[in-house]
Amino acid sequence: MQRVYMDHSATTPVAPEVVKVMVAYCTEKYGNPSSIHSFGREAKMALEEARGQVAGLIGARPEEITFTSGGTEADNMAIIGVAEAYKKKGRHLITSAIEHHAVLETFEYLAKNGFELTVLPVDEEGIVSLAEVEKAIRPDTILISVMHANNEVGSIQPVAAIGALAKERGILFHTDAVQSLGKIPINVQELNADLLTMSAHKIYGPKGVGALFVRKGVRLEERAYGGGQEKKRRSGTENLPGAVGFGLACELAGQRLEEEAERLRKLRDQLLLGITERIPFVKINGPLGERRLVNNVNVSIQFVEGESLLLGLDMVEIAASSGSACTSGSLDPSHVLLAMGLSHEIAHGSLRFSLGKQNTEDEVAYVLENLPKIVERLRTMSPLYDKAKQSGLSLKRG
Amino acid sequence: MYSDKVLDHFTNPRNVGEIPDAKGIGEVGNAKCGDIMRIYLDIENDLIKDVKFKTFGCGAAVATSSMLTEMVKGKTVEEALKISNNAVAEALDGLPPLKMHCSNLAADALHAAIKNYQERDHQTG
Repeated sequence: MQRVYMDHSATTPVAPEVVKVMVAYCTEKYGNPSSIHSFGREAKMALEEARGQVAGLIGARPEEITFTSGGTEADNMAIIGVAEAYKKKGRHLITSAIEHHAVLETFEYLAKNGFELTVLPVDEEGIVSLAEVEKAIRPDTILISVMHANNEVGSIQPVAAIGALAKERGILFHTDAVQSLGKIPINVQELNADLLTMSAHKIYGPKGVGALFVRKGVRLEERAYGGGQEKKRRSGTENLPGAVGFGLACELAGQRLEEEAERLRKLRDQLLLGITERIPFVKINGPLGERRLVNNVNVSIQFVEGESLLLGLDMVEIAASSGSACTSGSLDPSHVLLAMGLSHEIAHGSLRFSLGKQNTEDEVAYVLENLPKIVERLRTMSPLYDKAKQSGLSLKRG
Repeated sequence: MYSDKVLDHFTNPRNVGEIPDAKGIGEVGNAKCGDIMRIYLDIENDLIKDVKFKTFGCGAAVATSSMLTEMVKGKTVEEALKISNNAVAEALDGLPPLKMHCSNLAADALHAAIKNYQERDHQTG
């Protein structure tokens, strides 16, 4: 068995056709899009074609797409750019407790610098309620940012409704769509999004490139000063190979979206169901069915710790991830799982498999064959398992 | 991020289990922080004859527990008390910086088990 990669929410391999086109824009068509000669012109044309491909995947106009260095920069650009441009109108900002750190930390920075922040709670499935958004809105609210789909538990947020509410109240709406892009259809009109964050390397494009959709008419304070590229929103010579690669990756994702979503959904459910059938004391984190991202499996395996599960899986060549403290680089487990009301103990035992295009049914079967053995071995070692057995915890499954 | 020794002790942990009539039991850590270690000692004439452990925690937590059990077996109680968390980490060719702080508790669990033994000893003897 080859190595089994089930960590596509972290990153994906670059599609071979994407690599090929990127190489051409490194070695042959290497012009600077700002130059006037033919090298420059062909580069500029390629850049604009890529912009169109990205716009096409989300129902936007090409001129509404700004290329960035990735999702993090796009989030920063959207949130700080809007806050600075609209601060005379108001200084209140709204986001959710389960956002990616690129969003949360940016808002925290603003909260320390003259803005006021409301962080919305989520329910036990990791979903923000529209009622909570409505409650949080104030006359001085200028921006609401709620992610499209959560990266850890795959919960899909009611962004279209939140966007509609924001629109009705004259508040700008940003959504981080890094995890949903290419997995569920996105249309910025239907979502009522004013700003939307994208990243290339989650959809079989290269690392180091992303984009921000900025609806025509929305003002953003300039953040990088220089040559005025990207409509003065982001100075600096454009990452042409990256943009071209991202453009193609968007086009490919759009072509295969529905077919691939169906395939992933099937694999996801096989894996989720298989785990809960084979291993007792497992809690599924996040919603089931249509409100869950098609490629996300997240479970808490009680009485064992996430990092040791990952190490055990790594020894049989399976790559996954966890929200345990040891893997988050801090002493606390995932802020997403804690916001969903999980105890620290249960959050420490969380395990995420994120599926992608090269995963097969055989690979799912391989994981289902190996995971129970790893869990059993770690539980034999775990004093918590002893305590649970002694206290007569019912040995029910699931 | 982990040394080969850490991975070896994680994959093939030594002395996992319990000692039914242990002379000393020590437990440190809590589930909230993600690490719990329990050490069982069998002691005769102040000599550690046998040692077992149970651990809930990350790779470093399991490896330090396992390493510690190898280090204490056959030692006198006095010698065992001198084993520090740092010494356990060194014996494993080091741990990542973050783990030195959060998961390097095996010597603490040992010391707790020895204290438990000494208290029991005084009560009965």
